[in-house]
Amino acid sequence: MALVDIRQLGISFGGLRAVDNFNLTMDDGQLYGLIGPNGAGKTTIFNLLTGVYKPTDGEFYFDGELMNGKTPIQINKKGIARTFQNIRLFSNMSVIDNVKTGLQAKYHYSMLDGILRLPKFGRMEREMTDRAMELLKIFDLDGEAEQLASNLPYGKQRKLEIARALATDPKLLLLDEPAAGMNPNETAELMNTISLIREKFKVSILLIEHDMSLVMGICEKIVVLLYGRVIANGIPDEIKNDPKVIVAYLGE
Amino acid sequence: MKNKKNIIYTAIAIVVYLLLFALVETGTASRQMQNLIVPVLVNIILAVSLNLIVGFLGELTLGHAGFMSVGAYAGCMFTVSCNLPVYIELPVAFVIGGLTAAVFGFIIGIPALRLKGDYLAIVTLGFGEIIRSILNSMDIVGGSGGLKGIEKSGNYTVAYVLMIITLIVISNVIHSCHGRSIKAIRDNVIAAESVGVNVVYYKMFAFVLSAFFAGVAGVLYGQNLGILKPATFDFNKSIEILVMVVLGGMGNIKGSIIAAVILTVLPELLRDLADYRMLFYALALIIMMLFSSNPTLVEFRQRIFSRSKREVN
Ligand SMILES: Nc1ncnc2c1ncn2[C@@H]1O[C@H](COP(=O)(O)OP(=O)(O)O)[C@@H](O)[C@H]1O
Ligand SMILES: [Mg+2]
Repeated sequence: MALVDIRQLGISFGGLRAVDNFNLTMDDGQLYGLIGPNGAGKTTIFNLLTGVYKPTDGEFYFDGELMNGKTPIQINKKGIARTFQNIRLFSNMSVIDNVKTGLQAKYHYSMLDGILRLPKFGRMEREMTDRAMELLKIFDLDGEAEQLASNLPYGKQRKLEIARALATDPKLLLLDEPAAGMNPNETAELMNTISLIREKFKVSILLIEHDMSLVMGICEKIVVLLYGRVIANGIPDEIKNDPKVIVAYLGE
Repeated sequence: MKNKKNIIYTAIAIVVYLLLFALVETGTASRQMQNLIVPVLVNIILAVSLNLIVGFLGELTLGHAGFMSVGAYAGCMFTVSCNLPVYIELPVAFVIGGLTAAVFGFIIGIPALRLKGDYLAIVTLGFGEIIRSILNSMDIVGGSGGLKGIEKSGNYTVAYVLMIITLIVISNVIHSCHGRSIKAIRDNVIAAESVGVNVVYYKMFAFVLSAFFAGVAGVLYGQNLGILKPATFDFNKSIEILVMVVLGGMGNIKGSIIAAVILTVLPELLRDLADYRMLFYALALIIMMLFSSNPTLVEFRQRIFSRSKREVN
């Protein structure tokens, strides 16, 4: 059974058909690229998958379960985590607290444990700190753990967002243009890290990028979106030579 | 390191209490000063509890005096109408006052789930005024003449203990995973939901806990003064508490304490200038709103100066 099974998903905003007849299946551990020019509907698809928008048509099955109608919170609990194209950190919290917020569902303790500082509070907080530091280390952020998230440089904020998403222990990670605003060096390094976390966390990744060349190297499969519709879907070599894709990108 | 901090705070708490004790029991402090101790402690409880909503949850409310008044009336009605020994009566009164206010906190929390910023501010402002009008016309609680004959059992020791409890509870909540969730909602609701933070639950919780302590402060106020008048809990009182929170720094508990002390003692020392108090509050608020870097205020400014964007990118 496929981990992700999206069938004829679609949404309209008034008269605008932002996404139409979108189909996609993903297997466990797969790294899939979702590319397309600006305004193609990529972010809208993420918002549909995470329950931020309700689809007007179609179904989304995750791990065999229908996700339509679930809230973002429920969807995260089912094992889907995401980052945002416009970074959305908890900017007035420390770097480590951003990650801990993601960990909390798994390391929960009661209000009473917290107010009375019962032993469980100390134990859970220590475990969370350890786990958060491990995650930060992967993204080379452990040195900035106590800084305010808003004080991080742009590239590191993007990485922190990924670390926070991973903290919720997802089976599927949705990354929305994680390399936006990074220089070529940072981008190459980030793409490496993304490959690495897939192996390490056994997580499937759906990666949005509007620059096709970035994802060619690391994705097993790529789906190309144009005006809300899929124009190509296949392995990178097929995509590269697809005439419709070439036209779409040259025409941009 | 955490332990060291706790020891220092405990030491400060004890020293401050001994200082108050010395000032009162030796008669060093003037009557006027002695009468100010409990109001200062009441205002600290109010400011710190309001900070939970305004500073940590990031919602603007203008009805804190409303929570205070329902708690005050509920708790003091209890002590007036029953004849138990004070050491039983008083704690029960605080719990009754706190719980009553918490129920109202829950009710006000419901619109807070849907309304943002300015709209919520107006709803809470309306709530405070409605409560006051109702109390004004309720004869069993004395109407506009006030609830009289309350035993003056809320002395400075009782007040101090309540303040310490408030500080410990709110500070421990803030520094737990629950407080982290509340701050995450303030900083970015959509991101908070995306990592599984139960936004509805934590917003409600912040309102309920904040109202609870406002209610306790109300009972304390009544049990200290011996009389409750609806006019005390007007819009100006809510603004006064808000000014303490804003001046002390949103999301800053120590700041709230300091601001509450200064803003309670100063007007008393400058009695002649009391007429200008609201003018001063207004100016202080405007200046803070313009220059603060607090996320709530920054967002508030952005909303005023530009149309908000609803798209989630
Ligand atoms: N909430 C919304 N209301 C109206 N239109 C929207 C909304 N969200 C996205 N759109 C529109 O849907 C289209 C696709 O947007 P988006 O998914 O952000 O594109 P991409 O991420 O591929 O650049 C755009 O035309 C955008 O304006
Ligand atoms: Mg986008």
